[in-house]
Amino acid sequence: MKVPLLSAMVFWAFAILAMASAVFVAFSRNIVHAAFALLGCFFGVAGLYLFLSADFVGIIQVMVYVGGVLILFLFAVMLTGKIRNPEKSNPSRAIPGGLVTMLVTLGLFGYLAFTTPWQVLPTVPTGPTTSQIGDALLGPYILPFEVASVLLLAALLGGVLLAGGVRGRSRLTGNEQDEAPRDSGGNT
Amino acid sequence: MDRWDGGDMKELAEWVIRDLFSKNPDTWQYTWAIYLAGMALAAVICLGFVAVFAGPVTWVERRTAGRIMSRIGPNRVGPQGVLQWLADGIKNLLKEDLIPDDADKPLFRLAPYLVFSGMFGTFVVLPFGANLIAADLDIGVLYLMAVTTLVVVGLLTAGWASNSKWALYGGIRSAAQLVSYEVPIAFALLVVVISTGSLSTQAIIKAQGGWPWQWFVAKNPFTFIAFFLLLTSAMAEGNRIPFDLPEAESELVAGYNTEYSGMRFLFFLFEEWANLWIMGAITTLCFLGGWQIPGVSPEKISASSGWTFVGWQLLSFAIFAAKVSWIVFIVIQARWTLPRLRVDQLMSTCWKYLVPMTLVCIAGVLFMDLYIVQGGITDKIIRWIMTLLGAAVIVLFFLRARYNYKMDKDKYPGLRNEKMWYPPYRMP
Repeated sequence: MKVPLLSAMVFWAFAILAMASAVFVAFSRNIVHAAFALLGCFFGVAGLYLFLSADFVGIIQVMVYVGGVLILFLFAVMLTGKIRNPEKSNPSRAIPGGLVTMLVTLGLFGYLAFTTPWQVLPTVPTGPTTSQIGDALLGPYILPFEVASVLLLAALLGGVLLAGGVRGRSRLTGNEQDEAPRDSGGNT
Repeated sequence: MDRWDGGDMKELAEWVIRDLFSKNPDTWQYTWAIYLAGMALAAVICLGFVAVFAGPVTWVERRTAGRIMSRIGPNRVGPQGVLQWLADGIKNLLKEDLIPDDADKPLFRLAPYLVFSGMFGTFVVLPFGANLIAADLDIGVLYLMAVTTLVVVGLLTAGWASNSKWALYGGIRSAAQLVSYEVPIAFALLVVVISTGSLSTQAIIKAQGGWPWQWFVAKNPFTFIAFFLLLTSAMAEGNRIPFDLPEAESELVAGYNTEYSGMRFLFFLFEEWANLWIMGAITTLCFLGGWQIPGVSPEKISASSGWTFVGWQLLSFAIFAAKVSWIVFIVIQARWTLPRLRVDQLMSTCWKYLVPMTLVCIAGVLFMDLYIVQGGITDKIIRWIMTLLGAAVIVLFFLRARYNYKMDKDKYPGLRNEKMWYPPYRMP
């Protein structure tokens, strides 16, 4: 099947962006640069989603991973001391375990890639997907959707408990609430 | 050769292929070139528009600030100083591009581009008129939310790469602020999305009408509140006073852009002022009827041809621009009227007030949509009450501004022993 030139260009641009950034993340000596390279990786993957006509998933990928996860990474990395010292930030531990993991993953993916009977489907015209996803989430998949939200609620409560433990205790013992400086900039 | 009735740049490109080259866009081998040309054209038009907006608006802002503070403001370059922005631009272009020795140089260079592309990316889905939009994405509003996250990353980058504590504080503050205020913005936009049933920006505008009582702001009390919540949160998202803690000059020198100079510094300012248009455009398209011309339906615009069509487009653009400018002017006045919040106040404003209020608005809008028939008598009464309320707010705004100007006029001679310029449009 002949792929239109523009589509091929777009695909390769996003694929190379994602792969090159991922390689940079893995091999960079500076952990802050690695975190920023993750930005390119997320955008590359989002672009591939868009390329597959999954506009909603692509945009959510950018929103959740760039807007949430990456910002949290950057926060954590930037607030860590001695971050410019690779000995501290990127310690090379557990190399044998890592090698085993790598080989197993590589073997598995390689096996999958070469044994799966890939089919070439006709090009699907890009169309609205949001309403179908909404119907599916609130229709046949309502139970997994709700279970996932319960999981998130549990995580949220755990975060509140960890961050506000002292205040919670003082309320339990009936003491006056302490006026200790609170963490006001925290994002849940 | 038939008429171009397309909605966005892609359809324009297809029209060009079909009618100017008489080819089928699906099979022609050079389709990609026309698409690329269309994209480049849209980008150039938007970039030119941003530049022509962000420049003069700096002058408007500084003159307004001057008037509010009873001083003159820039009035030397050109008549009344209208060319001040060009002078500033040339000055910044000619300045030396300084990079601190200890800065993380690649990231320091990268940060302004990230901030700028995050800002500029929103123009893809912001409409300018009835058929004037770069791409009418089906997920337009979500795209708006997603692409602005790049600005956060850029500000954090700038803060960290400068290797200065002021810049780092500014960057971290701005990230905390932008990530927090994204929540009320998303909820306020959800109110609009619920009322429309679509995420596309053009569909949101088409769900409203040209007259004020057909706008979403007048739809019911909850959308009315959501409009003000969206405007407030958008001001915070755009780092405007009273929410400009990331660059609070009394504490942080200049925040994330402390170490920047020359053109890179200008990019941050450019983003800030271009943000004014984005802020105004989002509130206008969501709540104030967008480009809708009173008494003319979108179908009539699409059905017209030739110069009538062009005329409708220009008129719709003029209406949209007028509404946006009005919002921009209010935001500018708010900047020079209100004091800056503290960091903890900033966070509690967001999480304790804005977020719960937007959630109430969502519940209220759902309720109203379920139980009030669109076009019914109750709906009409509610819309009229809300329109009158909105008109009352505007009248109050004018009375208040007039009162302040008169007070200025009476008190100024006693303070400075010279006459205050009055009425306000008479500038020295």
